[in-house]
Amino acid sequence: MVVTDEKTIENTDWEPRIVGFLCRWCSYAGADLAGISRLDYPPNSIFIKVPCTGRVDPTFVLKAFADGADAVFISGCHLGDCHYIEGNYKTMRRFEILKETLKQLGIHERRFQLTWISASEAQKLKEFLTSMTSSIKELGPIQLPILAPLQKEDKQDD
Amino acid sequence: MVNITINDQEYDIEEGKTILEAAQAMGLEIPTLCYHKALSPYGACRLCTVEIELNGRTMYQASCQYLVEEGMNIQTESERVVNGRKKMIELLLARAPEAEDILDLAYKYGVKDTRFLKEFDDVCILCGLCIRVCHDRMGFKAIEFINRGIERKVSLPFEDFHEVCRTCGSCSTYCPTGAKAVQLENLTHHTPRPILSEFDQGLATRPAVYTPFPQAVPKIPVIDRNNCIHFQTGECKICQDVCEPDAINYEQEDEIVEREVGAIVVTTGFDPFDPNRLPQYGYGKYPNVITSLEFERISSASGPTEGEIIFPGVTEIKSAAILHCIGSRDENTNRYCSRLCCMNALKAANLIRDKLPDSHVYEFYIDIRAAGKGYEEYYQKMLRSDIRIIRGKVAEITNIPDLPEDEGRLTVVAEDTLLGAILRVPVDLVILMVGIEPKKDARDLAHILHLPCTEEGFYNEKHPKLAPTETVIEGIHVAGACQFPKDVPDSVAQGESAAAAVLSKIARGEYITEPTKAEIVDDHCSGCRNCIGLCPYLAISFDEEEEIAKIDSALCQGCGVCVASCPSGAIIHRGYTDKQIFAEIEGVLER
Repeated sequence: MVVTDEKTIENTDWEPRIVGFLCRWCSYAGADLAGISRLDYPPNSIFIKVPCTGRVDPTFVLKAFADGADAVFISGCHLGDCHYIEGNYKTMRRFEILKETLKQLGIHERRFQLTWISASEAQKLKEFLTSMTSSIKELGPIQLPILAPLQKEDKQDD
Repeated sequence: MVNITINDQEYDIEEGKTILEAAQAMGLEIPTLCYHKALSPYGACRLCTVEIELNGRTMYQASCQYLVEEGMNIQTESERVVNGRKKMIELLLARAPEAEDILDLAYKYGVKDTRFLKEFDDVCILCGLCIRVCHDRMGFKAIEFINRGIERKVSLPFEDFHEVCRTCGSCSTYCPTGAKAVQLENLTHHTPRPILSEFDQGLATRPAVYTPFPQAVPKIPVIDRNNCIHFQTGECKICQDVCEPDAINYEQEDEIVEREVGAIVVTTGFDPFDPNRLPQYGYGKYPNVITSLEFERISSASGPTEGEIIFPGVTEIKSAAILHCIGSRDENTNRYCSRLCCMNALKAANLIRDKLPDSHVYEFYIDIRAAGKGYEEYYQKMLRSDIRIIRGKVAEITNIPDLPEDEGRLTVVAEDTLLGAILRVPVDLVILMVGIEPKKDARDLAHILHLPCTEEGFYNEKHPKLAPTETVIEGIHVAGACQFPKDVPDSVAQGESAAAAVLSKIARGEYITEPTKAEIVDDHCSGCRNCIGLCPYLAISFDEEEEIAKIDSALCQGCGVCVASCPSGAIIHRGYTDKQIFAEIEGVLER
């Protein structure tokens, strides 16, 4: 078992890396609006566009954690507002199960979040990202020792 | 065919017709009281008596009963006929001096008074129309003539209420004295239940055969099966007899028509907010608390009151209150703005001031939303008029007056938020400007068409700016208030835009859809059918032969729900494949 060196991380100016899965219709458009509105929000999050939060396969989340993300969030249309009728309801159900699984893997529940942000809610997105980033900063870097070698093996296979 | 002469004019008439029918067909007028096209002739009133010359003999006969014969020479307005008619009118006048139809006839024939004793202050002229319609057409036989001679009158068997009466109301409808002679409440112990007109917001009644509203498309009458006597007893059929083009068909059934179409435009409209949900405004409790739609009918010249603003129980409207935002912009009901009520409220105020110039009108608003061509100018004009426009939401409407002279009026309790004062305004009329809500069954239709809805139940357009009439389902467009509250100009504009968009697509002959759709890799599919129930568009079906799932790419909208759920990874989402997204994740997390 390889243990990641905590000291090296503490010594550098550590910043959390957060991966967000944003639905194309609401949250991604909301992020666009945040940009157009020149809102300041922490640059720690990187967004991946999906057609609907229902497209978010649990493996995407696991992959992001495996590749070193400190936190992952999913953001979609408000309930009842889904452009694909009910995709976000399916996400909601999957999220609860996946959160339990991640907890068992030792991932703090604050590291995996689900939120509903509409295309007009740039301010809400900003507030969400600000609070999420600061809460992840409090938690510190993710400690998943066993995942590092696995990741290398994966790459060797390719 | 028989050849007859009426008033020195020769006509060819079909055999078996009565003289009256022949004359009416030729456009000649013979006065009648007891005749009705749908009923057998009775000859009670004798007003239709004409002079007939046949084979050198002259006779006087009731034209409603006498059949045409070859060579008849008929005079309908000869001196003796008119004199006889005048005498009939005098006799009828003696019997029923108050009956309007008879007074009209008397005026027409210059009969000023009757020489006979006015022994009866009755209005019934014993024409028997009510009895004939009840017996011959309705088949109920609930009323009958009783007694003889001067004692004769329309009554119930043994002068007692009986169960056979269905309170259909035909007797009073057919009464030529305007239902004064036969009144339902004297004939039955059932409470007559009038059919309320849906178009007139229940403020007027309508018959069982009716045109839904004056601008209905197609503008043809329909039969209300639930209330039509024919559909309950099999009798009546009067409308069939009266309809000259023979257009009545009782056999017609509701049918489900299946059509293959290239596009659908959804324009299902809205439901007005039900003010019963806000009991503090007393709707349904006080008769003079009405909705904006009811006011629209009352103020309409073609409405139940012919445009007069009157209510039962209210003698004079000295002041009126108009309440904005009933069921709009309210955390307790709907949070959105219904957009059209502000201008409608200002219009209503203007109408009241026009029709009742001495009245005071109070508007209670939260904010005035006057966005639209000419709307702000109208609002400014209203501000300069003597209509009192008060900023404040009404808390309550009560019938407990502050001053004894306001007994019987309503009191509007509100805060004027600009003055910071509580107002208690006595009024005689309250108009609730009800908001717009999605149709009650909007979600059912959304489910059928797989349309996404907002939280409230309005249909979602594909993009508010770039595709305002399109939906995420290719080929289905929306227009009007089913998308969100809209006034008439906006709905017309969107409707035309949707029609044009649909036509341009139909003209092209094929649809161009987005390429990001799901696809099944046949070899990988294990046939677990997990995806089938998940697809909101029912695009996935199960191929029983190959035992794998199949996706109809025309129906698939590319949401990717099935892709994420496939346990064997057999579904590929073009444009968002697992590999692409994994690469993205790796890319963004590369150190």
